[in-house]
Amino acid sequence: MSAHVPAVPEAHEHHTSTGLSNNKIAIWAFLGSECLFFGSLISTYILYHNQTNGGPTAAETYNIPFTAIVSFVLVLSSMTAALGLLALQKGDHKAFRAWIAATALLGMIFIGGQAFEFTHLYEEGFTIQTSPLASSFFVLTGFHGGHVTVGILMLLGLLAMSLLGRLPQEDAHRAELVILYWGFVDIVWVIIFTVVYLIPTLGRG
Amino acid sequence: MVSTTLPVRKPRYLRRTAKTGLWSWVVTVDHKRIGMLYGATAFLFFLVGGIEAELIRLQLARPNGHVVSADAYNTLFTMHGLTMIFLVVMPMGVALMNYIVPLQIGARDVAFPRLNAFSYWVFLFGGLFLYSSFLLGGAPNGGWFGYAPLSTGDFLPGDGMTFYSLGLQMLGIASLAGAVNFIVTIINMRAPGMTFMRMPLFTWMSLVTSFLLLFAMPVIAVALFEMMFDRVFGADFFNVAAGGDPLLWQHLFWLFGHPEVYIMILPAMGIVSDVIPTFSGKPLFGYPAIVFAGIAIGFMGWGVWAHHMFAAGLGPVANSAFTLSTMMIAVPTGVKIFNWLGTMWGGSLRFKTPMLFAIGFVMMFVVGGLSGVTHAVVPSDYEQTDTYYVVAHFHYVLFGGSIFGLFAGLYYWWPKFFGHMLNETIGKLHFWVMLIGFNLTFAPMHILGLQGMPRRIYTYPGNMGWNIPNFVETIGALIIAASILVFIANVVLSRRREARAELDPWDARTLEWLTPNPPPEHNFDEIPLVRHRDELWHRKYAPTPEGVPTRIIAGGERTAADAPAHEAHGIHLPSGSYMPVMAAIGLPVTAYGLLFFPPLIGLGLLIILTGFFGWVLEPQTVEEGY
Amino acid sequence: MKEARYGDFEYEGRGHPEVRDYVQIAVALCVVIALELTVYYLLAPVALVVPLLGIFAAIKFFIIGSWFMHLRFDSRIFRRLFLSGLVLAVSVFLATLLMFVLATPPPRT
Ligand code: HEM
Ligand SMILES: [Cu+2]
Repeated sequence: MSAHVPAVPEAHEHHTSTGLSNNKIAIWAFLGSECLFFGSLISTYILYHNQTNGGPTAAETYNIPFTAIVSFVLVLSSMTAALGLLALQKGDHKAFRAWIAATALLGMIFIGGQAFEFTHLYEEGFTIQTSPLASSFFVLTGFHGGHVTVGILMLLGLLAMSLLGRLPQEDAHRAELVILYWGFVDIVWVIIFTVVYLIPTLGRG
Repeated sequence: MVSTTLPVRKPRYLRRTAKTGLWSWVVTVDHKRIGMLYGATAFLFFLVGGIEAELIRLQLARPNGHVVSADAYNTLFTMHGLTMIFLVVMPMGVALMNYIVPLQIGARDVAFPRLNAFSYWVFLFGGLFLYSSFLLGGAPNGGWFGYAPLSTGDFLPGDGMTFYSLGLQMLGIASLAGAVNFIVTIINMRAPGMTFMRMPLFTWMSLVTSFLLLFAMPVIAVALFEMMFDRVFGADFFNVAAGGDPLLWQHLFWLFGHPEVYIMILPAMGIVSDVIPTFSGKPLFGYPAIVFAGIAIGFMGWGVWAHHMFAAGLGPVANSAFTLSTMMIAVPTGVKIFNWLGTMWGGSLRFKTPMLFAIGFVMMFVVGGLSGVTHAVVPSDYEQTDTYYVVAHFHYVLFGGSIFGLFAGLYYWWPKFFGHMLNETIGKLHFWVMLIGFNLTFAPMHILGLQGMPRRIYTYPGNMGWNIPNFVETIGALIIAASILVFIANVVLSRRREARAELDPWDARTLEWLTPNPPPEHNFDEIPLVRHRDELWHRKYAPTPEGVPTRIIAGGERTAADAPAHEAHGIHLPSGSYMPVMAAIGLPVTAYGLLFFPPLIGLGLLIILTGFFGWVLEPQTVEEGY
Repeated sequence: MKEARYGDFEYEGRGHPEVRDYVQIAVALCVVIALELTVYYLLAPVALVVPLLGIFAAIKFFIIGSWFMHLRFDSRIFRRLFLSGLVLAVSVFLATLLMFVLATPPPRT
């Protein structure tokens, strides 16, 4: 009996068939799957973009300047997330925590903005029951917001782990999971911004 | 260097692990135990789904039957379909994947053991949730594909289809988590030397299946969410009056649905591809071809979904395109058939029970594949769609195919699971009774379908010429039930009577048989070094100078003999954890909240969150927690 | 079999972005958003604006994926996993939407 390799895969096993981390393969596979999730929601929206059921149209509904600001916020948060990961990879835990906290904060601003937008639309009489357009709008952007919320929770989890001293430099790949997820959520917003907000409201003058 | 003397301090995390007793099964993260849980659960659901089927057949045995009411009949066929697909064939495949894949690739566990446990518990709770609908105001009754607008609240009020949308959602989450887990396991946890082109076919097909699940589950998830929002929150996705389009449901459902049928058949194909070489005494004929055929099926399975919608009025362009793609997908399927035949050709065949089931699989699957090609042709599909002909088709592929294949796997790996064989004589009896019962039940459906008997009617008048075939089918169904009783008898009797299985009872070819029966918790004392496809066979046989393979004494037998000597020394396995169960319980709580009592939603989400946070923060092993 | 330690910080030996890169990327993204808004508010013919907006979205998508999610530095296995989902999604949903167009009968006159 020779060299017994520890069998706890996530914690100690540094030798894998591909030399890559299990965690990262998992998250990329999952993000591939998410493409089909959001693909279905976005196609539903495209299919129904004119089905107003006599209710408000897209052009009458959305507030583009507001959404544009939200877009900037999200881009910024992707940057802070990436910088946070870089800091952890270099072993700078303080900077890591700062960037992660900033990212979570920007995420909360985004969610706050969405809450504001949703209440505003509800007051205007544009609710999930109004029309297929409204249903698909709320469910698509709502699921995106849900993803952002999960991302915020995970960022807070990272922060907690780091503060408890449970996130050493060599476990940066665990933090990377969250950062990659966050990047994906930003990518989805890129599509939503163009497909949901910009194109259907074009030329309303 | 084993650190056995740990300082005794209060653990920071309440682990409550156990190695024996009921609790040990609740917290287990061992892929073998999880596989057993999956298998046992799926088999129980198989009995329930079977009872539903028998009721359906009793109702249809004679014209103008009145065994059950029309309403009950709707519930029965819906729940029968859902059960067999989501609670039997899929999880039984997953059960075998769980137990066998890590052994076949020489790994000590799957990549994410706790995620694996989570998958199982979500599956279990999802199934129980679905069945709890019987007690809570009505089970799903809109067919397993839940077509809108029938499935909307306007046409099927009551909670049945809401249970459907939430229950399937949970089962989907379980499958998705499992898919990610197996993709990572197979890509990343292979023993040294286990290259992709040396992997056993069952592992290969599990990989393809996992990719199909990975990409198909999110699509049905969205469809189900849309249905749920329609039914619970009054959204308009499928509300025709408001401009919703029922075709959207059909597209999303079958975008998932067709990959789903391959999700159900590919594991069985993998099993058969491992069983047939073993009992033919030959390597698999055309290994690369059968692997690539499997991958091709996985790809092409995405391009045929609209063949379920030929009659929906998609227009001639779409119908022609999907006819073509559907016919093309029969090609890689045919390649596999020829590979199996080629493997048997000229082999020294041993007709043990697993082999019988594998051959039964090949024959029955050919019948189902051929009837599939006949309804790939639009004009003939217009005749056949929504008749018993389609029912015959998918039972030949799903029962004759998947279920026969899964039984081949159960008989083949039973000694691996339990350390003793299943009785051969009773096993053969089981096979023949089931084969006869199956064909009596489903072959006449081809004729009935072509005579125009629609599916999903709860009764029929006596003057249609349908009486005799229907009666024969019911007899057949009872014979199938008898065959299942034979199987259960076999399990019970073998447990008492059969001797311990030898190390390698079938003279098999793949790595899982390198371990003792059943394997120790850590599977392999030493991770094997793989030098060949069919590694185990090469460890047992070497060619003489004349090129004739002869049995040699080699490493194969050694492992078991040594096993007790050095048990898990220095091998750290992850400790049990109750976090996965906990997170999983949150899902049905949330779902009941959506149905009956909104505050439960918050509670459920809180439970899920607590479970996940505990999961992430708890150390992998108990030792680390001190 | 390769024995890379994945704790290592170099992505697949192809280096990694630095702080400055990330900031520049964020600026570039903001510029693209600004361009989008300009085009949205100023250009008239819809036939021209829609493809332009599509291109801008694709650029942003690409930049975020390759830099913030560092796909261009990382193993191609990740790229393939993600792209297989992406390409599959785009193809099946384009086909689906196309079928809705085809299935709509031409208006009767
Ligand atoms: C040679 C390969 C196959 C072809 C060409 C094929 C073709 C088809 C077609 C065209 C239909 C639609 C018939 C209709 O509704 O009018 C159909 C239905 C179906 N097929 Fe297949 N099929 C094949 C293999 C399989 C396999 C391997 C499975 C499952 C293991 C399967 C399961 C089903 C099921 C469950 C349905 C009916 C769904 C429903 O309406 O409830 N098929 N098949
Ligand atoms: Cu199909």
